[in-house]
Amino acid sequence: MNELFQQLVNGLSLGAIYALIALGYTMVYGVLRFINFAHGDLFMVGAFAGLYFHKWLKPAVAGWPDWGVALIILSSAMLMGAVLGIIIERLAYKPLRGRPKLTVLITAIGVSLLLEYLGQLGFGAAPRGFPTLLEARTLSLAGVRISSIQVTVVVATLLLLVGLRFIVMKTRMGLAMRALSLNPTAAALMGVNTSAVISFTFGLGSALAAAAGVFYASLYQAIDPFMGVLPGMKAFVAAVLGGIGILSGAALGGILLGIVETLVVGYSGVLGIPPGYRDAVAFVILILILLFKPSGLLGKSQREKV
Amino acid sequence: MIGPKGLFVSAVIAVGAVSYLFTGHPEMSWTLAQIDDYLLNILILMGINVVLAVSLNLVNGHAGQFSLGHAGFMAVGAYGSAALTMFLGQAGLTVLQPIGGLAAPLLFCIVLIFGGVLAAMVGLLVGIPSLRLRGDYLAIVTLGFGEIIRVVIQNADGLGGARGLTGIPAHTTLGWTFAVAASSIYVVGSLVNSTYGRGFIAVRDDEIAAEAMGINTTKYKVIAFTVGAFFAGLAGALYAHFIGYITPEGFNFLKSVDVVVMVILGGMGSTAGVTVAAVALTVLNELLRQAEQYRMVVFALLLIILMILRPQGLIGNLGSWLPRKRGRS
Amino acid sequence: MSAALLDLRNVTIRFGGLVAVSDLDFHINAGELVGLIGPNGAGKTTIFNLITGVYSPSAGGICFDGVSVEGRRAYQITARGIARTFQNIRLFSSLSVLDNVRAAFNLHLEGGFLGALFRGKRFVAEEAEVEKKALELLEIFGLDSVCDLPCRSLSYGDQRRLEIVRALATRPRLLLLDEPAAGMNATEKVELMKLIRFTQERFGLAVLLVEHDMKVVMGICQRIAVVEYGCKIAEGTPEEIQRNPKVIAAYLGEEVPDHA
Repeated sequence: MNELFQQLVNGLSLGAIYALIALGYTMVYGVLRFINFAHGDLFMVGAFAGLYFHKWLKPAVAGWPDWGVALIILSSAMLMGAVLGIIIERLAYKPLRGRPKLTVLITAIGVSLLLEYLGQLGFGAAPRGFPTLLEARTLSLAGVRISSIQVTVVVATLLLLVGLRFIVMKTRMGLAMRALSLNPTAAALMGVNTSAVISFTFGLGSALAAAAGVFYASLYQAIDPFMGVLPGMKAFVAAVLGGIGILSGAALGGILLGIVETLVVGYSGVLGIPPGYRDAVAFVILILILLFKPSGLLGKSQREKV
Repeated sequence: MIGPKGLFVSAVIAVGAVSYLFTGHPEMSWTLAQIDDYLLNILILMGINVVLAVSLNLVNGHAGQFSLGHAGFMAVGAYGSAALTMFLGQAGLTVLQPIGGLAAPLLFCIVLIFGGVLAAMVGLLVGIPSLRLRGDYLAIVTLGFGEIIRVVIQNADGLGGARGLTGIPAHTTLGWTFAVAASSIYVVGSLVNSTYGRGFIAVRDDEIAAEAMGINTTKYKVIAFTVGAFFAGLAGALYAHFIGYITPEGFNFLKSVDVVVMVILGGMGSTAGVTVAAVALTVLNELLRQAEQYRMVVFALLLIILMILRPQGLIGNLGSWLPRKRGRS
Repeated sequence: MSAALLDLRNVTIRFGGLVAVSDLDFHINAGELVGLIGPNGAGKTTIFNLITGVYSPSAGGICFDGVSVEGRRAYQITARGIARTFQNIRLFSSLSVLDNVRAAFNLHLEGGFLGALFRGKRFVAEEAEVEKKALELLEIFGLDSVCDLPCRSLSYGDQRRLEIVRALATRPRLLLLDEPAAGMNATEKVELMKLIRFTQERFGLAVLLVEHDMKVVMGICQRIAVVEYGCKIAEGTPEEIQRNPKVIAAYLGEEVPDHA
């Protein structure tokens, strides 16, 4: 039983990270109806931003409390992610407005490769260590070992989710986002500045991905230019699992995926699945969900008009 | 559109011309046997890339079912054929001993076809469920299947696992590569340039209208996918017996993207275009070999700029420049 | 009734809470030219989609030539002899005019995959035959001179005609025309009426015509069915329909001109 709780805790912290990335996929899909393949690489950029901001800001914030430094670094990384996300949207995706989905998908693959290989040029291909932002303590609860970093990550994710929900449900910009995702033409006719809303959506999604990058780096303490590839794809799976375009679906999908993946690895012996299949789990889930309930767990099905 | 025979002839001329240009020694270029090893290698890689690009183009271009999993089928062909050669090659040679000098080529031919058929079977298995999806969803699912194939091979200890398979005999020659490349061009060209093949394009243009015109869209999509996988398998088999050393990592998502870039650069749906693009990108790869770390940056930029400025591909519809011949096509 | 070519019995389809077609009884006899009219959103195109297998009914049954089409996919229904055109033209946009028609011959090809691959004598003969027939059809509709042009370059009216040619290439016994006169001018409409009648006689077809233009419908249909909110509210000869108070109230209003 302890073993199970241990796996659940590990799965939850991993799932929180998937959920944060998945939110970006789902938001962009909501307003633009396309899969921003490069989204996972903003997660990588976020992690490297965390690394470099820590290096640069350390002298300036000497003597600050740890949590203050961590907060500064997290928000700078998120800001960096947001700016980069907006720039990418303006340069690469905006010229493609109204073009076939696949054209945009291919461009997104191009952007993804560009970020990865520019990252490789800039940071080198070898994994880099990530500084400890907050002193890690291990709590032991009835035999289940929980790292304070895991707790921080899950709590921080929750706070970000609450913040996101506030932005989407209670602000004018959020209203515009929802209008755009329901009917872009009508939204534009009603005076919604679609370009601004799209930029804002990209910025918001990218900031969340960057935060996920910092969290992931803090948990696993090694980062490299290709670290975003698999988590990015898995987060996409999470978004589809929950129902793409639905914010709560992305969060649910991310956490479910994190838990399922951890359980499959943890119980590989019992299940008869070698732990090496870890990275295939998400894809199997993706294929199953697309075949049996393509609208996702929380989605409603739609028909093509003839 | 030029007919398949026309494509076949142009392919022979193109590869001939390239081999002529690339030797730089006109007096030596007439016999392929005299081409030096480096060029020979490039020509073989060119041929393999042509097979990959032309077959993916049947799926992505003509039939309009955008797949990102071509490398997966290539891996199946590579591993399947390599395993056959390494585990049963000796026995096969013994059985075929009576036919003397023809034994080795016949055996390799069997090995190649085995690789292709194995990949086609996996293609069929993958295609039937996933081809119900469209557009970007299909792209992501094929990517997923490609990754699953890779993970499965990575965990197959009998196939060397993540370390890969080494010591595969080097049976691939320019002749074999050439033959496979020419047949891929012929098969795709033949299929597409017929009343039957109009079905592929009808499915791409409008699935609902195609169904209403009596076209079994599922069948067409699955056929395109399976034929594409078959040739990807053949290309994998050629590659394994050329390079002698294969790893699962060599058939990852990036390899699929490589082929997608060829298809896009050449113009989706243009067999002649993607053939030229495959040749050109093989050369570009070689030129950028010294600057490996910049190669993918260049590729990525190429992809983005191409999509924004010229999504129909750089080379586009090469066939349409030539006078059209109606009737026989 | 059982001798009808197409027979719809109590057909109902719901999309979520919306009942798009409700308890519809309707039939078409072989060789008959029937009109289907109704205000926008009455469910006419949905009925087409039900007949051609794009949707399957939530309740009720559809029989073609005495056999139920339940569970059949669209291409199988086309193979049984129902062809259609689309309200919003759906040609194969990257194909030429001729190739659009050739593609629709697929159904009756014998060569198929292997034929296309090995290109034997029979294949060559079949390709020539298909091309000949396609050109013949195009000629009837006056499109043979543009057969090599991309279909996108045709005028709106010609594209609609090409859709009819393409549908005929599947050798139907029942042809469903979804607003074929839309976007045509008065002269073109007169032409179209002649053409529909001619096609019906020449190919011995039953035709179901959805059309907004009353002149066209009243001018050529032998029988007309009127739907509103997914229900059939009237059925009869053009004269009966014009006199039917329900139809006048629901649809035609006061603007019905006298038809000869």
